[in-house]
Amino acid sequence: MKLPGLKTFRHGVHPPEQKSDTCNAPIRQFPFAPLLALPLGQHLGRPSVPCAAEGTPVQRGQVIAEADGDFSVPLHAPATGRIRRIAPMPGIAGRMVPAIYLEPQPGSTQEVADATPCPLETATPDEILAAIQAAGIVGLGGAAFPTHVKLRVPEGRVADALIVNGAECEPYLTTDHRVMLEQREDVLLGIRYVLKATGARRAIVAVEANKPDAAAHLRAALDPGGPVSVEVLGVKYPQGAEKMLIQALLDRAVPPGELPIAVGALCINVATCAEIGRLLPRGRGIQERIVTVTGPAVVRKGNYRVPIGTPLRFLLDHVGTQGELSRVFLGGPMMGAAASSLDISLSKGTSGVVAFGTEDARASQPRSYPCIRCGYCVDACPMFLNPAQLGLLARNEAFDRMADDHHLMDCFECGCCSFVCPSHLPLVQSFRVAKAAVRKANKP
Amino acid sequence: MSAAGRTLEIGSSPHFLSGYDVGVIMRNVILALIPTVLFAVVAFGLAALATLVVAVASCVATEWVAGRVRGEPGSLGDGSVVITGLLYGLTLPPGSPLWVVALGGIVGVGLGKSLFGGLGRNPFNPALVGRAFLQAAVPVAMTTYGPAFAPGRFTSLPSATLALPFARPEFDTWSGATPLSRWKFGGELTGAEELAFGFVGGSTGETCALLIALGGLYLIARNMMSWRIPLAMLGTVGLASAALHALAPDTYPPAAFMLLSGGLMLGATFMATDMVASPLTHAGCWIYGALMGAIVVTIRIWGAMPEGVMYAILLGNAASPLIERMVQPRVFGARPARAAP
Ligand code: SF4
Ligand code: SF4
Repeated sequence: MKLPGLKTFRHGVHPPEQKSDTCNAPIRQFPFAPLLALPLGQHLGRPSVPCAAEGTPVQRGQVIAEADGDFSVPLHAPATGRIRRIAPMPGIAGRMVPAIYLEPQPGSTQEVADATPCPLETATPDEILAAIQAAGIVGLGGAAFPTHVKLRVPEGRVADALIVNGAECEPYLTTDHRVMLEQREDVLLGIRYVLKATGARRAIVAVEANKPDAAAHLRAALDPGGPVSVEVLGVKYPQGAEKMLIQALLDRAVPPGELPIAVGALCINVATCAEIGRLLPRGRGIQERIVTVTGPAVVRKGNYRVPIGTPLRFLLDHVGTQGELSRVFLGGPMMGAAASSLDISLSKGTSGVVAFGTEDARASQPRSYPCIRCGYCVDACPMFLNPAQLGLLARNEAFDRMADDHHLMDCFECGCCSFVCPSHLPLVQSFRVAKAAVRKANKP
Repeated sequence: MSAAGRTLEIGSSPHFLSGYDVGVIMRNVILALIPTVLFAVVAFGLAALATLVVAVASCVATEWVAGRVRGEPGSLGDGSVVITGLLYGLTLPPGSPLWVVALGGIVGVGLGKSLFGGLGRNPFNPALVGRAFLQAAVPVAMTTYGPAFAPGRFTSLPSATLALPFARPEFDTWSGATPLSRWKFGGELTGAEELAFGFVGGSTGETCALLIALGGLYLIARNMMSWRIPLAMLGTVGLASAALHALAPDTYPPAAFMLLSGGLMLGATFMATDMVASPLTHAGCWIYGALMGAIVVTIRIWGAMPEGVMYAILLGNAASPLIERMVQPRVFGARPARAAP
């Protein structure tokens, strides 16, 4: 669905949207698993440090692990219960990661422990940022970057526009869509907090044209001359990438290697905004997040408010699956990670769980051919790189040349190149490896 | 059903693919060539059929052998060699001696493709490598054309077709001149309608401009062919020859004649657009197409030969890596960004 005249960016792809199964499914509360597993490193940056000993009872909302410095966030108990163990658990890629195991107490009222509220009217910008960190808030769109760090405007820069990202361009995912429909007041309050914290004068909520109901619902609550507006964007992947949003909405190009603030913009995911608006007035921390659970193998597809730390196995058992599961993605199919086992758990950055059965062809890898230089990848890359050339160099492990001559580090791993490649070459997959190698080599 | 105890496949994102596939692209190119192939058989009869069958067979056989030698026994599966065979056959005069046809096919695929490592690595269009080899090795066979729609074309083959290798076949019994050589050597112009519909002599598959364009448009509509390359190439030829014709109408032929005659349509549509041997970037495609168009005009008008499309495309192929280096895509945001207010 590409309406002419809508704002968007150049290049990109149109994967099948697959949203119709869940976009009308209201958010439902998910029950507590018998044992929650909370990795200490659910966010980018330094992992949280446990502050509640094994065996101690905790109340829902209580801090159980503290932030380790500025580039970190605390972790709150998602349920009233008891800390069972502080021990490693399987992480998404299969490696063991440090975690806290929490056993919710059956029959508890699950009353949430409130802390010091952060009132919008009286709080200073710094106080708001501190409250965002204290609430354990990270980018809920999937990146899990600590929000207070992202929103801090560096010395000498000015934030001119705040972009609230409700594009949700990943196939299958509908959490942001539902949040805009069901938590409008939280979103708008969150925006006011963020505007105050950053000093930005206006906020633009970006919504792809496949969610006209969300755009209309938000608009209905806005006064026309006010600082907040809603902008409908063309449906294209990766419309929700920061640089693409800024290009589409402000017609500004963030230079290579720079952050959005270089052109006066800040981006925040709409669900993250909603959490700010929901948690800060009551001084609470994140205990749950909204997850789209869908895919051909899922029986009760829908959007659920799931306690952080819910094991994937419990989640899928509860919604029901049909047939043999072959692949489960956390996040969308374009950028999400494949779960190595069902023993991992949902973390703050998990926006979706998409499960495929063994017989679903879309999830299988077809035959690959040599590069035929069709140029599809060049036409798809939103960063205007040359993935074919990069792919060739990656095969020869010429990582330095990839970085020095072909802008490897500007690749943000959107996967458009691999998506279109008729030879089914593992382009972005090899760029990830190359980027890691370059980063390692550049470390002193 | 419980999800417990499953082993999961892992892999890195994207977990979705667009469905584009090399095999599918190649099959569509073959489909797009079918009208041209059928017309060739209708216009030139058994002679065209024999040429095409031997051309495809020799190319496929060479690829089969080369694939085994390379250790890629599945290399026929992508279908690209069938396209090479068809295109190669379509560029030959119908009824060429069959041993010559087979030889060129072996050389084209063997030297033009397999030697470089197979699919995706050929710097030149393999069909034209075979054709160029024959042009040098057996020039007489390559410049002897039969007339289109000759009576008896469905019942007999030209005598030269079945000649034994290296025998001196007699060509002149069945020869006709192409519109380009008529113009070049006799100053005689063929009308645009005749050329467009293919009522003229020429190589097996180059004569019906309309059907070639139809196939090209189909591929362009399916995003399986660059439209920039043929547009740039034909546009350059059209503009240059229109300008020359306006300057000296008696010396230079009109643009329509230049565009519709010879192998230009077939070459610009199906051979210049060989993905492997052409640039990746849009700007590269424009330059590449324009360069080939300019060479065609130069050779046809001022060169010694009546036709220059084959050499234009081979030279374009040769220049392609250079062009590509000149016009790498410019990374997002590299332009001076609008200053923040
Ligand atoms: S899409 Fe794949 S086959 Fe086509 S140019 Fe890019 S890498 Fe090569
Ligand atoms: S993954 Fe990287 S190279 Fe591929 S399309 Fe996205 S930005 Fe371009």
